[in-house]
Amino acid sequence: MTPRPVHAGAPVLVAVLLIASCSPDGDPGDPEEAPETVEDTDEVDPTDEDAEETDVEETDDEGRPTDDPEDEAATADGATVTLLTHDSFDVSEDVLDLFTESTGHAVDVVPLGDAGTALNQTILTGDAPQGDLLFGVDNTFLSRAIDEGIFTTHESPLLDEVAEGFVLDDQHRVTPVDRGDVCLNYDVAYFEEAGLDVPEELTDLTEPEYEGLLTVTNPATSSPGLAFLLATVETFGEDGYLDFWERLQANDVLVTDGWSEAYYDEFSGAGDGDRPLVVSYASSPPAEVIFAEEEPEAAPTGVIEASCFRQIEFVGVLAGAEHPDEAGELIDFMLSEPFQEDIPLTMFVFPVNENAELPEVFEEHAVLPDDPLDIDFELIGEHREDWIEAWTAVVLR
Amino acid sequence: MNAARTRSRRGTTAALLTVPAAFLAVFFLYPVATIVVTGLAPEGHPELGVLGRVVTDPSVREVAWFTLWQALLSTAATLAVGLPGAYVLSRIDFRGRRLLQAGVTIPFVLPTVVVGSAFLALLGPRSPVNAALSALLGEAAPTLDLRRTVTAILVAHVFFNYAVVVRTVGGLWSLIDPRVEDAARVLGASRWRTFREVTLPLLRPAIASAAAIVFLFTFTSFGVILLLGGPGRATIEVEIHRATTQLLDLPLASTLALLQLVAVVASLLVYGRLQRRTTTQPLVGSATTLRAPRSRGERWFLRANLVLVAALLLAPLLVLVERSLSTGAGYALTNYRNLFSAERATVLAVPAGEAVRNSLVFGVAATAVAFVVGGLAATAATVSRGRAADLVDRALMVPLGTSAVTVGFGFLIALRHPPLDLRGSVLLVPVAQALIATPFVVRTLLPVLRSIDERLREAAAVLGATPARIWREVDLPIVGRAALVAAGFSFAIAVGEFGATVFLARANLPTMPTAIFRLLGRPGAANFGEAMAMSTLLMLVTAAAIVAIDRLRIGQVGRF
Repeated sequence: MTPRPVHAGAPVLVAVLLIASCSPDGDPGDPEEAPETVEDTDEVDPTDEDAEETDVEETDDEGRPTDDPEDEAATADGATVTLLTHDSFDVSEDVLDLFTESTGHAVDVVPLGDAGTALNQTILTGDAPQGDLLFGVDNTFLSRAIDEGIFTTHESPLLDEVAEGFVLDDQHRVTPVDRGDVCLNYDVAYFEEAGLDVPEELTDLTEPEYEGLLTVTNPATSSPGLAFLLATVETFGEDGYLDFWERLQANDVLVTDGWSEAYYDEFSGAGDGDRPLVVSYASSPPAEVIFAEEEPEAAPTGVIEASCFRQIEFVGVLAGAEHPDEAGELIDFMLSEPFQEDIPLTMFVFPVNENAELPEVFEEHAVLPDDPLDIDFELIGEHREDWIEAWTAVVLR
Repeated sequence: MNAARTRSRRGTTAALLTVPAAFLAVFFLYPVATIVVTGLAPEGHPELGVLGRVVTDPSVREVAWFTLWQALLSTAATLAVGLPGAYVLSRIDFRGRRLLQAGVTIPFVLPTVVVGSAFLALLGPRSPVNAALSALLGEAAPTLDLRRTVTAILVAHVFFNYAVVVRTVGGLWSLIDPRVEDAARVLGASRWRTFREVTLPLLRPAIASAAAIVFLFTFTSFGVILLLGGPGRATIEVEIHRATTQLLDLPLASTLALLQLVAVVASLLVYGRLQRRTTTQPLVGSATTLRAPRSRGERWFLRANLVLVAALLLAPLLVLVERSLSTGAGYALTNYRNLFSAERATVLAVPAGEAVRNSLVFGVAATAVAFVVGGLAATAATVSRGRAADLVDRALMVPLGTSAVTVGFGFLIALRHPPLDLRGSVLLVPVAQALIATPFVVRTLLPVLRSIDERLREAAAVLGATPARIWREVDLPIVGRAALVAAGFSFAIAVGEFGATVFLARANLPTMPTAIFRLLGRPGAANFGEAMAMSTLLMLVTAAAIVAIDRLRIGQVGRF
C-alpha cells in the first residue's frame, strides 16, 4: 500500500557511507589502492569513489606529469608531502615542480582558511594531522603554535643564507620563510589633491586634519589588524596605546572586520571607498602596479614607514607527520633561491634568504623599512588576548 | 484499520528512517558532539564551571539577545516581503515569470562578502538613492548612510532569504485549487476574508516551514552581521567563530554552541506546534492555477511586487555586474578574459572553468544526497505521522541552526580516525552541503505529500493498481513539481554554501565561492575585478541551472 518514492536512491547513500567508512588513511602509497586510483584519475564525482586518491592525483595535470603509477612508484624514493597552509599561500607550478624533479616527492597543498583558522585546526587535530607540515604561522601567533607542541624540529642547512633576526626559535621547530610587514597605506592622489601632508607618525593620525580618513581592521578577526594594534602597543607602550585608540576613535576611525572590506570597500586608493588611509601591507603598492589594468609609472598608493610592524611567517614539520623527512626536504626547498625568488610575485611578501633577488617592480615600488616595529613573540603570546580584549572594550563597545 | 496494517506501517517507517537517521548521526551528531565534548571536557572529565561563567557573562547575554531579536525581526520582514512575492510568482501569469522565479534564487547562492560589498555601495553616502535625492533637493538633501546599522542587516537578510519564502510557500500555493477560493468569493466573502479564512489556513504548513528556515538562517547569520552591522555587533555565530578560529577558546566556543543548540531546539518546538494542524486539501496541477491578472488591482499588485524585487534583489546584483565589467577605461570584458586566461600558473590559482565544473559536480552530488536523505524522511513522516518520523524530521532541521564553524571543525576533529578517517576527503564537501540542503527537500516535499488525499491512493488500489503504479500516477504528478522546486533549491544551496565548506574544500578542487575568496584576498584592481566577474558567473550558472530544472517535466504535471 505504501508508496516508496525515493527508495531506489537509498543504496547510493548506503554505498557512500560504506565507502566513507572503508576509506584508507590517506596514504597514496598504499599498493592496494593503485588499480582503483588509476581508473579514477579524471573522475571528480565526489560521491563516486575514494576521495583521497582522486584529489591527490588531480593536483595538476600539466606541470607535474605524475600519474598515479609514478606516485605509486614514488614510494620507493619519494612520497606525497602534504603542505597545510593558510589561504594566502601560493607558489608557481614550475617552481614547485623543481622540488618534485629533484626529490621525487609530490606536494599536495591544502589551504585551511585564514592564518588563525589554519593554526587552530592543526592544533585541534594534533595527534592525527591532515598533513606533514604547516606553513603560515607568523610571529603574532607563534607562541601558541610552540606552546601547543604541534611542531617537531628541523634545522635547515640553508639557514646560513637567512638574514639575521628572522630565526626566532633556536630549537628550530619553526623556520622563517618570508616577511610581510603590515603598514598603513595611503592614497597618493588624495593627499596631493587635498594639499594635505601625508601623516608621518602614528600620533599625527589623531590630529583634526586627518579626521575620518583612516580605516583599520579588527585585531580580533584580522591578522593585519592585530599587527597594527601591536604597532600601537610598541609605539605608545602598554600604558599609552589605549589612550591613542581613544583619540583615534574620537577622530572617527573606521573598523572593518577583514582586510578585503577595508581595502576594497573603504580605501580610496584601491577600491570604491572614500578613506585615503588603510591598514595593509608594505607590498601592497607594488601589487597595485602589477595588477593595474595599464601599468602606471608610479604606484597609486604609498606606505607610512613609521606604522610598519614586522610580520615573519614560518613553516614547521608537524609532530604527527607521516613523512617528516620529506617534509624537512620541502622546508629546505622553501628556503632555496628558486622558491624565495618566487615569493614576492605569488604571495606578495618579501623573501628571507639574503641571496634571493627581488623582482624589479618590488625594487621600484616597495618600501621595506629596515627597522620596523617589533615585539618579542613570547611577549605577544602572553598578552595578545588581553590587548585585543582591552582594545575591543575601548573601540567597539 | 487493523493491527497488522499498523504493524507493517511501523516497519515501513523504520526502514525509511534508517538512512536519514544514520546520515544525521554520522555527519552531524557525532562531529558536533565530539567538538563540544572536546571543549567542555578537555582532560577527559567534564569541567562545567565554564557553562555558568559564560551564561552569566553580561556581554554574552547581550549577544544572545541581539541574535534573537534580529532573527525574529528579519523573519517577519522576509515574510512580509516574500508572501506577496510567492503569490505573484505562483498564481499570476506574466511574461518573464519563469526567469524571475529562477532569478530570485540567485541572491541565495552568493557569498555574503560579495553581496555585502554591493550593499555597502548601495546604502552608503554615494548611493544612487542619495544621488537622486541631491538631484531633486540640491544642497539641502539629507545624506542617507545606512552602513553599519540594523536596517542594513535586515535589508540584507530579506535579500538573501526572499527566495526561501517564495519557493517554499509558492510551491504549495501553485497547487491549491483556486476554485476553493472562488467558491468563498461567490458566497460573498471579501478578498481579504477569503485570504484569511481559506487560503492562509491551507498555506499554513508552508508558511511555518519558510518562517522556521529563515529564522534559523538569520539566527546563525555571520557575514552579513560583520560586514553590514559593523564589528561592534555580534551574533552567537560570530562569537563562536571568533572563539574557535582566533582565540582557540574551545570551552567558550562549546558553551556558545550549546546555547545556540538550545535556542534552535526551542524554536523548532514552537514550529512543531504551528505545523501540527495541517489539513488535507484538494491539490491540483500547477498549470491550472496560473492565470493572467484579472483586475486592475491585481495588475497594480503585480507591478508593485516587480518594483520591489527590482529595488531589493536586482539592484545589488546589478552593482556586481557593473563592477565586473568596469575597467580603468570604461566598460569592457577584460576581467572575464583575465579570469579565463591560462597565464597564471600557480598552484592555488583557480582556472575559472575548473571552478565552475567543481561547483556543478559538488552541487549535483549534494543534491543527490539531500534528495535521498530528505525524500526518505519526508516519505516516512507522511506514512506514519508517528513520533519517530517527526523526530527525525525536526532533527534534520537542526544543522540549519548550527554554527558552520562547529560543524566544519567537528568534521575535521571527529572524522579522522579509522573506520571513519575522512581526512582530506572530497566527500566531506557534498556531505556538508547536503546537511544544509536536506531540510529544504523535506520542507518542500512534506506539505505536498501530506496533503495528497489518502482516498485517491485507496481508490487506485481498489481498482487494482500496484503500489508502484499508484506512486507513478497519483503521487508523482502532484509531488513532481515540488520535487523539482526542492531539487533546484538544494542545488542552489550546495553551490552557494560557504560556511562549513570553507574548512573542507581542497586546494585542487576549488569551487566558485572559494575562487572568489582567494581573489578578494589579494590587493590589486585586477583581482577585485576578477572576483566580481566570478561572482557574476556564479549568478549566471545558478540561474541557468534553476531555469533548466524548472523546465523539466516530471510525470504528467499540469494535465491532471
